[in-house]
Amino acid sequence: MAGLAAAFGSGAMTNTIGDIEQSDVILIAGSNTTENHPVIATVVKRAVHLKGKTLIVVDPRRIKISDFAHTWLRPHLGTDVAWINGMLHVIIAENLHSKEFVESRTTGFEALKQAVARYTPEYVEAITGIPARDLTEAARLFAGAERGSILYCMGITQHTTGTDNVKSLANLAMLCGNLGIAGGGVNPLRGQNNVQGACDMGGLPDVFSGYQKVADPQARARMQAAWNVDRLPEKPGLKVTDMLPAAHDGTLKAMYIIGENPLVSDPDLNHAEKSLGHLEFLVVQDIFMTETAAKADVVLPSACYAEKDGTFSNTERRVQRVRKAVEPPGDAREDWKIICAIAGRMGYPMPYADSREIMDELRRVTPSYAGISYERIEHEGIHWPCPNEEHPGTPILHREQFTIGRGIFHAIDWVPPAERTDVDFPLYLTTGRVLYQYHTGTMTMKTGGLNEIAPECFVEISAFDAKANGVQEGHLVTIASRRGSIQARIRVSPKAVAGTVFLPFHYAQAAANRLTSDALDPVCGIPEFKVCAVKLQRAA
Amino acid sequence: MTAEANPNTITINGSEFTFQPGETILEVARHNAIDIPTLCHLKAADPTGACRVCLVEVQGARSLVASCAMPAAPRMVVHTESPKVVTARRLVIQLLLASGNHNCLVQGSDGRSFEEYAARLQHAGGGIEPCPVWGDCRLQELAWRYGLTGGRFSPTPVRYPLEDVNPFIVRDFARCILCGRCVQACNEVQVNQAIHFGYRGAKSKIIAAGDRPYRDSDCVFCGECVQACPVGALVEKDARGKVWPRDVQKTVRTTCTYCGVGCQTQLHIKDNGVVKITGVQEVAPNYGSLCVKGRFGFDFIGSSERLKTPLIREKDRFREATWEEALDRVARRLGEIKAADGPDSIAVLTSARITNEENYIAQKFTRAVLQTNNIDHCARL
Ligand code: SF4
Ligand code: SF4
Ligand code: SF4
Ligand code: FES
Repeated sequence: MAGLAAAFGSGAMTNTIGDIEQSDVILIAGSNTTENHPVIATVVKRAVHLKGKTLIVVDPRRIKISDFAHTWLRPHLGTDVAWINGMLHVIIAENLHSKEFVESRTTGFEALKQAVARYTPEYVEAITGIPARDLTEAARLFAGAERGSILYCMGITQHTTGTDNVKSLANLAMLCGNLGIAGGGVNPLRGQNNVQGACDMGGLPDVFSGYQKVADPQARARMQAAWNVDRLPEKPGLKVTDMLPAAHDGTLKAMYIIGENPLVSDPDLNHAEKSLGHLEFLVVQDIFMTETAAKADVVLPSACYAEKDGTFSNTERRVQRVRKAVEPPGDAREDWKIICAIAGRMGYPMPYADSREIMDELRRVTPSYAGISYERIEHEGIHWPCPNEEHPGTPILHREQFTIGRGIFHAIDWVPPAERTDVDFPLYLTTGRVLYQYHTGTMTMKTGGLNEIAPECFVEISAFDAKANGVQEGHLVTIASRRGSIQARIRVSPKAVAGTVFLPFHYAQAAANRLTSDALDPVCGIPEFKVCAVKLQRAA
Repeated sequence: MTAEANPNTITINGSEFTFQPGETILEVARHNAIDIPTLCHLKAADPTGACRVCLVEVQGARSLVASCAMPAAPRMVVHTESPKVVTARRLVIQLLLASGNHNCLVQGSDGRSFEEYAARLQHAGGGIEPCPVWGDCRLQELAWRYGLTGGRFSPTPVRYPLEDVNPFIVRDFARCILCGRCVQACNEVQVNQAIHFGYRGAKSKIIAAGDRPYRDSDCVFCGECVQACPVGALVEKDARGKVWPRDVQKTVRTTCTYCGVGCQTQLHIKDNGVVKITGVQEVAPNYGSLCVKGRFGFDFIGSSERLKTPLIREKDRFREATWEEALDRVARRLGEIKAADGPDSIAVLTSARITNEENYIAQKFTRAVLQTNNIDHCARL
């Protein structure tokens, strides 16, 4: 979420889920909301269907939520910066922007104005395929709203230009004065239940918990004192996408993988498998024998969420309780107990009686969580930042000013996606999730009913492309990219648009990521899962 | 403040209460801990006045009124349990008990023992199964509260067969009292627009997509309708007939483990296993709503494939190990590699699925013990 942090100083959802119902116009970009965040989708649908709010959906697929939209814009894959610049262009050209907000709260407007000057609706149509008229209308709608909210997800971030895409959405929100108000905001929807918390708690190579930079000597000094160690490393570490290459070339010797399954989720699987094989020592801690665990030297069985106490932070920065309901199977243990036991054996005792004790320690060293005690969130969670126990929490960020003072407009030019179609690989492939499965399927595939409804990988294709490629519903096909090939059954669907096929990424047997591109966003290392060129052939 | 000073005052059962303009009689009563029973009323949706259970007497009104739909008005005088109300309410309940198969109160069996009920059904023969929500049914509660058994009217015939051709939800039309809560839950809360009222009069039925099974409709199995159904007409399939409400030993409130919405859920526990999940009403962010994964995707917790012991690789296979051995091995190997190749030769992948506390511990371990910043998680992916 580097894009938002660059614009505002904080990378999290600016507003809350409940807040969406207060918007006049909701813009959803690159989020298949009904399948990936179903309960947020219900909030949006209620706002539109029952409260008469306006919805604009921008997505390359005709996803379910677009049925509720006033306008559905369908950009070609990888052209997000272009359509957003087009909207910025229209809004500035027609003088619809919020001058007061731009003047009092932001910097960089002049440069932005110049950068988007050539993104006329016609120019944008040529790049994105969105009719100039539709784009202009959408821009007017959004700028005309008293309160406009932007929701986005992986469809925006999983590109080589992901950071630019997000900055562009931030530009749009600032230009319309939609920050710091109820019903406004720029809202990234987090895919996994505690992504927000993993980031907040310093599960990142460059920051301690609370986004305190490891490179900052003062932050290090504070943590050294709190943790009672002489020194802490100052150099930011490897990103997940750098770890496997480092394993491959031998600079990384050991990995300790907790509850993740990169052997289904990694962008270039063939390479990932080899890389893990090069490690001298691999520990995997998980609740199931995943594809990754199967490669480990030591496998440690952990307790699942229903077997432990603690907190999760949801996508709207709300810290909520997790409570133990059942005993873990066999010898399985809470993840924290396992880590602490290893630390103790390595000469650094980490004795905690329970999760509450850990929470109390982390609150002392994490300013944004300081006021969030188990007592306070017993009934309802609190939104960080919450600096002390009297503070009510912060549902809406950037009220009076941005975390970094003034919000920063970024002048950004559109660059084409890393991979394009050609005669050999004529179709675009994009990947995503389906409602009935979750991530790499470790949990959902152990639930009979979910599997019964969504049992196997499929490739979703438009009727037009099906005909052009001589395939029909249910046919088994081989889908090949420059990196590999997999097999899946054809599903002809009105969701798909000619020229682009879609694969869910949950299924290990047909891991979509054998095909996808490992080209990375240069800033945050998010792989390009959303655009790759493929060809399709009926399997023998 | 006296009644003269604030015109927005209403009297219920002899006590005076103030109200906000627009509030219904039911809402005013509930705010003041006066219990008016309801069946069809669904808090998040517009009142329909379908079931008539919430009838109250308003002085000066010609007939009894449905309190869930009637706005409070200045100086209204309301009785919620007057003889007239109770007589009418008993009649309404008796008619509902006679609509279809509500055999939980088979004649004479108004005792509260499930065993007695099950024994009677067995004795009666005919293979009639006990109601799957026995002990957790709003209609049954009302029958008990007003001392009623089902025998006053003869039951209407069962018109539509039970539908269970999907993995999650059983629709038992014989137990449906046509209160319409499921229709509102689906259309006004989840806005999935999968079900509505079909046919007319005595043939009325809640239908999906031209009277097809859920599976062949727009239904996405969020289960909002199941949670809304006051009786045993919509029930979770995997628990139906296996786990009765009285078997649930405790419920534990927690946060959903799947997506980033962080829905608040209630886990229903029997014998150290999760047997059902419901949404927590009245609290953010989901106010009772869930999706198919959050509500039905819990089998993995008790799966026989769960890892139960530490495993250590011996060439091409794993062998079971004690925690002592496994932890010693991990600590020793990490220590050796750190000493030989430096802290940055080790990396930790923490997880978006473990708790905040655990992520904090993971970063502390990585930075303070391993002495590297090589820590990340798969959120980028
Ligand atoms: S499960 Fe959800 S979508 Fe299906 S009928 Fe019930 S409320 Fe509607
Ligand atoms: S199925 Fe349940 S909720 Fe729906 S109308 Fe029948 S009794 Fe009411
Ligand atoms: S119930 Fe569904 S929408 Fe809610 S947190 Fe769980 S997965 Fe997300
Ligand atoms: S609850 Fe009022 S009519 Fe049903």
